[in-house]
Amino acid sequence: MSFVSQFKAQAGEKTRDLRHRQFIRTALRGYETARDKRKGAFQSWESARQAAAETKWEAINHLDEHLVALTRQLEARGTKVHWASTGAQAREIIAQILRDKQARCIIKSKAMTSEEIHLNDALEKEGFTVVESDLGEFIVQLRHETPYHIVFPSMHLTRGEIRELFQRELGDAPSDTPEDLTMVARRVMRQKYITADVGFTGANFAIAETGMISITENEGNSRLTAALPKTMVTLIGIEKVLPRFADLALFLPMLATAGAGQPMTCYNTMYSGPRQPGEADGPEEWHVVLLDNRRTELLADTEQRDALHCIRCGACLNVCPIFRNVGGHTYGTTYSGPVGAVITPHLRGLQEWKHLSNASSLCGVCTEACPVKIDLHHHLLQNRRNASASQPAFLEKLAYKIFGIVANEPAFWSLAKKLGWLTQPLHDAVKGSALDPARAWTKTRDLPPMPRETFKDWWRKRMKAE
Amino acid sequence: MKKAETILNERDNILGRIREALKASAPLPGSHGGSHEHTPAGPPASHAREWLPAVGTSAAEQFELFARNAADLKADFQLLASREELKAALIKLRDAGKWQRIASHGGELTDFAGKSLGLPVTLTDRGYDVQEMEQCDAGITECDALIAQTGSVAVTSRSAGGRALSVLPPHHVVIARRDQLVADLPAAFARLQEKYAPDFPSMISFITGPSRTGDIERILVLGAHGPKKLTILCI
Amino acid sequence: MTVTLFIPCFVDALYPRAGISMVEILERLGHTVICPEAIACCGQPPFNSGYWDEARTIARPVLESLKAAEAVVIGSGSCGAMVKKFYPELFANTDHAELAKQVSARTWEFSDFLVNKLGATDLGATFPHKVTFHDGCHGLRELGIQKQPRALLASVRGLELVEMGEVSCCGFGGTFAAKFPMISTAMGEVKCAAAAETNAEYIVSSDSSCLMHIQGLLSRQGKPTKTISLAEVLNHK
Repeated sequence: MSFVSQFKAQAGEKTRDLRHRQFIRTALRGYETARDKRKGAFQSWESARQAAAETKWEAINHLDEHLVALTRQLEARGTKVHWASTGAQAREIIAQILRDKQARCIIKSKAMTSEEIHLNDALEKEGFTVVESDLGEFIVQLRHETPYHIVFPSMHLTRGEIRELFQRELGDAPSDTPEDLTMVARRVMRQKYITADVGFTGANFAIAETGMISITENEGNSRLTAALPKTMVTLIGIEKVLPRFADLALFLPMLATAGAGQPMTCYNTMYSGPRQPGEADGPEEWHVVLLDNRRTELLADTEQRDALHCIRCGACLNVCPIFRNVGGHTYGTTYSGPVGAVITPHLRGLQEWKHLSNASSLCGVCTEACPVKIDLHHHLLQNRRNASASQPAFLEKLAYKIFGIVANEPAFWSLAKKLGWLTQPLHDAVKGSALDPARAWTKTRDLPPMPRETFKDWWRKRMKAE
Repeated sequence: MKKAETILNERDNILGRIREALKASAPLPGSHGGSHEHTPAGPPASHAREWLPAVGTSAAEQFELFARNAADLKADFQLLASREELKAALIKLRDAGKWQRIASHGGELTDFAGKSLGLPVTLTDRGYDVQEMEQCDAGITECDALIAQTGSVAVTSRSAGGRALSVLPPHHVVIARRDQLVADLPAAFARLQEKYAPDFPSMISFITGPSRTGDIERILVLGAHGPKKLTILCI
Repeated sequence: MTVTLFIPCFVDALYPRAGISMVEILERLGHTVICPEAIACCGQPPFNSGYWDEARTIARPVLESLKAAEAVVIGSGSCGAMVKKFYPELFANTDHAELAKQVSARTWEFSDFLVNKLGATDLGATFPHKVTFHDGCHGLRELGIQKQPRALLASVRGLELVEMGEVSCCGFGGTFAAKFPMISTAMGEVKCAAAAETNAEYIVSSDSSCLMHIQGLLSRQGKPTKTISLAEVLNHK
């Protein structure tokens, strides 16, 4: 089945699941209320957005300089920096580190880049044990699922479902309270931090000025992952750079506010090297893997370059009426929601993934929510244009050509309206049936009756009368 | 040898592609169909203070704000007048939590805490046994700054006994001095930069409340992986 | 003032009452209204579907016929956004680039024109009903129209406006409604539920296309809530 048929089938299934729709909508409405409260606490959220957008613009439009500065400083403090053009290269670099270390168990904190390159599958195939430590990621890992949402991986599951899962997979679930279930995961994970050979993390920002990687999290799993195992590996997309250390003073609260409606995420941690002389703990070795994976192709598209400004906060997913109704898994992509619909065609092929850009009413609520002002819904329009220009759908193009001829000639336009009015009784006979040419509409919606006298009829009559 | 070459090439390949792409310039943000709302004179984020949540001007207001934020975050904040009060607060925590053993690091305030508590201490300064720290009832650290704007505590691997001490034990107790309170995030970053640059500790962490998760039905649970409790004692 | 009124294709064909009300309101305010015969559609359907050449074919004569207009008033937020915001983009780097910018600068959405250009909010209307207002997304987010219709409704005698708890897209989205009917319908259901919670008799909007979608769902589900264009409310005695 093609990606578009899969998408339509899944979307059909999810939109029929009223319980699911209600569950997701309630959760995301809760988010919206919290976010609005936090946004309101800013003296000027709009100025902050503009500044964040400009800062990311500066970062991305001088990306080479920032990456050179970043790596020079990371390396100066003993960090090993690796560059990967593709997902396959990144997987091989990481697997080789594990082989060199004769590692068996790797503990991971949440990283969408690792989902993007399907790291877990590759490592498990080589016989490594991979443990996701973020609670939501741990839950979806136990279910052999991909994350439902880039920030809230398990938001589609009820406590009852999670309890059943823990009972089945861990034999441990005293009750279905979130508190008890969280404590189950805490117990499982504690020893893993201590015994794992390698700790793996993603990253939220990389600071060029000071040579730091910044990680944002609530649970403390990433802190522990970066503290206890002897070897640490961090995978980061090249677009995550910020020019200056002080830029974090703006980006950390904005990420928290836009992403989760929090004033600050619980732990915002900047790492500038492995354990340094005189320090009590920390990894002996730190490997930072910089991932391109077609980001440079998006960079070359000046019209949509700002999609690389994305800080993966998830705000656009949270407010998107499409996401709320079809859910995260329907997209079939690592990055879902509006930003996923914008970038997936660049990362994985325009023709195969253009349907995500078509599956939008272009309402623009995503663009309004984006803390770095990415022009998301206009990029959907541009993807549609690029897709139609390079591979037009014959019938659709023809239909618009005919429509153009009709619309441009008042006599044809009048005739078309007249025909519509005359054929209306015929349409009523087949309405909603398989013969109905407007079935896509009439299956769930009525069409308005066509009036005998159109506006232009009235106008012409009036002109004549004068 | 071959591997080293590959890695070198990918670096050059990626930087090459970036430089090629950047030959064409992209429009400034906000230029699409609309006006450019704001033109900062300097790095955009340097004006952050004007846009972030207001913090008040006096120290008293800022302590009050910190206390309010800490309460929202479900952290315990105590502003103490003297060493005697600090000692009493620590003993109260010890008794309430039935502490048997604590983990800490060398420092003027943490040493005082250790002496006040009279419990066996796992010190991290010269390396430590992780299993032993995991068994401790509390981790007691100093810090670099308290941030009124967000109720955050800034710690580093140098000021707070390494990376694990502030997250592994189930109760993190921070002892701070009053002059460590800064108004807002820009001030905190400036202070860290002044204190450490260019030789930064390998870890800097802004801790904002005890460890938490909302991964199950978005219901807040404290102590997901890190401390279930965070106490900030300020003298 | 001579106002060139652009009545969108679906208003012309399906909702003539909305267009007629706009003419009557503008004339009552003392302005001369003209409706160019050559204009049928703004070209948004092919534009939104990615067929920009075809969109330009439709939009070019529109631009030409608006060349000399003193003020262009468009009876829909969505088509208003097309002319005001997207024409300059559609015609960028073409012979019509400059004209597109000029026309854009002289173009107004109907409610915006009444409030911000003419300074008229009280049109002497009476509409003794409880209503809620639906913001069409294009008008709201491309043109920033939110206060204008509310200012107009506030002056309507007997009218009680109750806001919906959730500002959301109605799910119409042009061809999206036909290409992804299941998603479009689900979004429309959310909208209808939000409107139902207000207990309003009418859902009012500046965008007849949104109302077509909302009314289509309401009628099919046998719901009593009715839809009506803002212009008809403002023209009601």
